[in-house]
Amino acid sequence: MMKPFAHALALALALVAGTAAPVFAQGGPLRIDITQGVIEPMPIAVPQFVAETAGAQDMAAQLTRVIAADLVGTGLFREIPREAHISTISNFSAPVQYADWKAVNAQALVTGAVSTDASGRLIVKFRLHDVFSNGEMGEGLQFAGTTDGWRRMAHKVADQVYSRITGEGPYFDSRVVFVSEQGPKAQRQKRLAIMDYDGANVNYLTDSSSIVLAPRFSPTGDRVLYTSYESGFPRIYVMDVGSATRRPLADQPGTMSFAPRFGPDGNTVVYSVTEGGNTDLYSLNLASGQRNRLTSAPSIETAPSFSPDGSKIVFESDRSGSQQLYIMSASGGEPTRISFGDGRYGTPVWSPRGDMIAFTKQNKGRFHIGVMRVDGSEERLLTASFLDEGPTWSPNGRVIMFTRETQGENGAAALYSVDISGRNLKRVSIPAGGSDPAWSPLQR
Amino acid sequence: MKTLGTIAVLVAALGLSACSKTGADRFGADGGAGAGAGYGAGANGAYGDPSSPAYFQQAVGDRVLFLVDQSSLTATAQETLYKQAQWLLTNSDYKAVIEGHADEQGTREYNIALGARRATAVRDFLISQGVPATRLETVSYGKERPIAVCSSEDCYSQNRRAVTVISGSAFSS
Repeated sequence: MMKPFAHALALALALVAGTAAPVFAQGGPLRIDITQGVIEPMPIAVPQFVAETAGAQDMAAQLTRVIAADLVGTGLFREIPREAHISTISNFSAPVQYADWKAVNAQALVTGAVSTDASGRLIVKFRLHDVFSNGEMGEGLQFAGTTDGWRRMAHKVADQVYSRITGEGPYFDSRVVFVSEQGPKAQRQKRLAIMDYDGANVNYLTDSSSIVLAPRFSPTGDRVLYTSYESGFPRIYVMDVGSATRRPLADQPGTMSFAPRFGPDGNTVVYSVTEGGNTDLYSLNLASGQRNRLTSAPSIETAPSFSPDGSKIVFESDRSGSQQLYIMSASGGEPTRISFGDGRYGTPVWSPRGDMIAFTKQNKGRFHIGVMRVDGSEERLLTASFLDEGPTWSPNGRVIMFTRETQGENGAAALYSVDISGRNLKRVSIPAGGSDPAWSPLQR
Repeated sequence: MKTLGTIAVLVAALGLSACSKTGADRFGADGGAGAGAGYGAGANGAYGDPSSPAYFQQAVGDRVLFLVDQSSLTATAQETLYKQAQWLLTNSDYKAVIEGHADEQGTREYNIALGARRATAVRDFLISQGVPATRLETVSYGKERPIAVCSSEDCYSQNRRAVTVISGSAFSS
């Protein structure tokens, strides 16, 4: 998994096994290798899913649109417009006329059907076809769920297609918790919100009566840690996502606490405490209430993030005189500095694959989102702007979402995503401003 | 001519509202600690009663500014804080919350920690001048509560601040 990153420049997305039709005709497998240098998105046809029961027509249309949007949204696929299709799919079980799809140069074809059963449950079936191999790629699959969950079922189908073709883990069926922002810069109103990864289904978890910052999901996505000023001082709260009820984390009187993050066990929380003007890292065992001090330095230690195995913590510190990234044991001890480039480094986040650290970098008046290996080598900057900060990883470790804020008196924050090759930078469409995104694990 | 006249009036009106808003931010609500306008305004001169929080805010000077990424107190800041300490010693019924702030050129978490350093530098100075520690609290807003909204040093220098907010006897007892 690490190997493809050996060359910093080899990270653009690529179609392997030939992107040209003749090569596919010779029987190359349908495959996108994200880690090889790629230029051309793979042409894919996603004809409208067949409505197999009365009234399923609208649902079939909406599902198909979301599936296509997920795939095209990766930048790895290009949808063949429906108007260009020669064949129509009117029966999910009938043989596919591959010649008709070859003729429009569709390399992948997704067919599907939507129905509702007697109890009102939604049934979605799909098949993925490798057009130039005249056959299916993997098994056809069927999902069943409530009608309310139709978007999740669309994301599940798209995840299957994406994973089979790229060999990467799925990520569309996921959510993002973030801070919704409204109002002018000097009187910004902030509230916690949660949405699907693509910006759909925004729901608010708090009102805007207090500043809220930097929500973080638990490893199972059932709880969110965040910082709120509702007591008048920054303090950490843990919220149950399902019920939107929250309680303050045990804290020390006379201190501020912020920058919390769950460990992979879902029971350990690492965070910053400021006492007497000095900010250090602590960990807290939620079940026992046991608190451990991890650092004791006169410098600022903050923005901690666990390695996926829970054994280490990456964090930022200005102990060298400027903000830099360090890794230490999850129980504390002597840290090792990993960032050595020009400028300042902050907000490190360990990738879910364990192989990389995403970070915010400030250099020469610009902000960047970047990634580096865990040992600090092979730093690559993925973005540049007036103010980019706070990266979060997609569950499969291929995409990073972050905050981008524009400058000036009308400056506003928005959520953006970029893949770890630095391609496919785009704004996530949400109703208001947004900041501090945190990606959930894949939903179950 | 008529159109031009209308435009001129509009511009003037906008200018006015912008000014009054800046004024309110500078001397009033700051990070929620804001009942400034409700205090004082008595008959004793421009700033009212010298023992009022409004007097402290406007005549003594409720804030000090910092250099980029710094929390050390400049000579100007120390002059202001010396006057703050005198006022607090004279008006011993009052307590204060010192709010530390940062400009927008920094990551969110770091700026909270930086604002805390600034607030604490102010607190430590006031204590060194004899103000009892029990009357002082600190909080940091990081970059969450700018008072000046442009993205240049003119504004950044105003935002890198620590504001001493007089809180009456709110947390005495």
